Amino acid sequence: MILEVNGVEFQYKSKEVLKDIKFHLKRNEILSILGPNGVGKTTLLKCMNAILKPKSGAILIEDEDILKLEQIEIAKRLGYVPQRCEPARLTAFDAVLLGRMPHIKWNVSPEDIMLVESTIKKLNLEHVALRYIDELSGGELQKVSIARAIAQNPKLLLLDEPTSSLDLRNQLDILDTVRDVVRNENVSAIMTMHDLNLAFRYSDKFIFLKNGTIYAAGSMGDITPQVIEEVYGVPVTIQNYMDVSVVIPTV
Amino acid sequence: MKNSHGDIAQKYREHTGRKRTYLLSGILLLFVVSIVSISIGSVDIPLIDVIHTLLGADVPVRLHSIVWNIRLPQVLTAIVAGAGLAVAGVVMQSILRNPLGSPFTLGISNAAAFGAAFSVMVLGTGGTHSSVGDAVSINNPYTTTVVAFLFSLLVTLVIVAFSRIRGTTPEIMILVGVAMGSLFTAGTMFLQYFADDVQLASMVFWSFGDTARASWHELGLISVVVIFSIVYFSFNRWKYNAIDAGDETAKGLGVNVERVRLLGMLCASLVTAIIVAFLGVIGFIGLICPHMTRRLIGDDHRYLICGSIVMGSLLLLCADTAARVMLQPYQLPVAVLTSFMGAPTFIYLILRGRRI
Repeated sequence: MILEVNGVEFQYKSKEVLKDIKFHLKRNEILSILGPNGVGKTTLLKCMNAILKPKSGAILIEDEDILKLEQIEIAKRLGYVPQRCEPARLTAFDAVLLGRMPHIKWNVSPEDIMLVESTIKKLNLEHVALRYIDELSGGELQKVSIARAIAQNPKLLLLDEPTSSLDLRNQLDILDTVRDVVRNENVSAIMTMHDLNLAFRYSDKFIFLKNGTIYAAGSMGDITPQVIEEVYGVPVTIQNYMDVSVVIPTV
Repeated sequence: MKNSHGDIAQKYREHTGRKRTYLLSGILLLFVVSIVSISIGSVDIPLIDVIHTLLGADVPVRLHSIVWNIRLPQVLTAIVAGAGLAVAGVVMQSILRNPLGSPFTLGISNAAAFGAAFSVMVLGTGGTHSSVGDAVSINNPYTTTVVAFLFSLLVTLVIVAFSRIRGTTPEIMILVGVAMGSLFTAGTMFLQYFADDVQLASMVFWSFGDTARASWHELGLISVVVIFSIVYFSFNRWKYNAIDAGDETAKGLGVNVERVRLLGMLCASLVTAIIVAFLGVIGFIGLICPHMTRRLIGDDHRYLICGSIVMGSLLLLCADTAARVMLQPYQLPVAVLTSFMGAPTFIYLILRGRRI
């Protein structure tokens, strides 16, 4: 087991946002956190690497409670890809190199350069490696952001709505990249998702949040139209098309 | 278009190599301009004599005195102040996430000007007529400087206090800074209204930033603070890069964003406060130099911090030299020129570039 989340609770000021969150994840698995807007998906994701500090609970990565670690130590174990990366006048190479920051003492080592180079190659970003990221398209920028998280050499990748504001081609491209990385690099990934069909297509496991807690969890076989209707308030049917489950609203 | 594996690293090394070349050329240019600057003024000294004097050769006392007691301190003051203002500007732009961030965004210069006015009027430190050079001088410059510095620190502390209460965000810092700036401008106007003509002249005179005010002693004090801030900022260069990528990305990379922001602001304020307190207000250097450097070598703080320091020194030194010689026998305070230069340079940068 690479990740075990035990009884995580989070409150913002006096308002309880998340309560009794429990789940676990194996190596090389992708988990999608699903649920309506404002239910606390992003909050949960930010609790996972202690950007937001949970009120109680434990988050064990390979049996080590990350809530007891320094932020810099957490950054060596978890790579975080926020919804939006601000484009600066840095080359894509420099932006990915930034992922080595938690490991760098004072200056960049030849190993850091090699690792960045191989990450760029893995994600097919060679053609933009020396371009400034403020000149890249949304899809390319998102890939650079993922490459940066991978360069952190993490055990777990956290992605906050990785496909929001991308076109169909880029949505598939980004999620293919995430899947390849998870399969080949000995890491796992947790993503928050709005698009159920994309989530079904790429994830091994799912968590549905409702009223700040886990309403349903499991793999594809555990997801029923009733669960989706009760979480989103929309009646749906789930069809199978070429081995991929597809959600169709029936309203 | 795909590069082979080794190509990317090689091209990246060439790319960073170019940045190092720019920096090195800048430093060389600064060195040359310094020598030229020492040689020109109301008395022109041949370059070779300047070099001999600096190297400690046996030269006439008068020459030695001009170079070591007048020109060199002023040149070094321009270099150090330019470096300090520019480095404070770079860091402010990063931690405030605002291209208009500068050492003065937080109202530090307004507070210093109020402090000086307060000192002149209430503590009676200003306003005797001087027989040489400037028509008006401050008869107790140390008290004026200390009071100006204290008021600058006061603003900084107010911003820190608000940040502690309401969160260390760029918005809070900028808004409180603008409010403080406005408050102290009003305070200065109030004092000026009731000042007599000599006091008023002293207040206005104080606010013209001028590198000629610093002697070796003051230069030493400013240098200590500037060097300390440069070391501190350089130590945090990766963190500023991370913050440029967004607060959340930075936090995901293990950066304590609030602490970096608060300490960066404190350090930038301190270096600005000491420069303004000793030299008066020198505008635009802290705003323009980081942008000019970004144009040349990008936003990577590993090079940007050093580049802005060189650019700031170079620009302030050139402006200072020009201000000294362009209207001879009058010597303009450099602040007049930087403000003149600042506006068109900034507009040029806006027109030329996609972004500032």
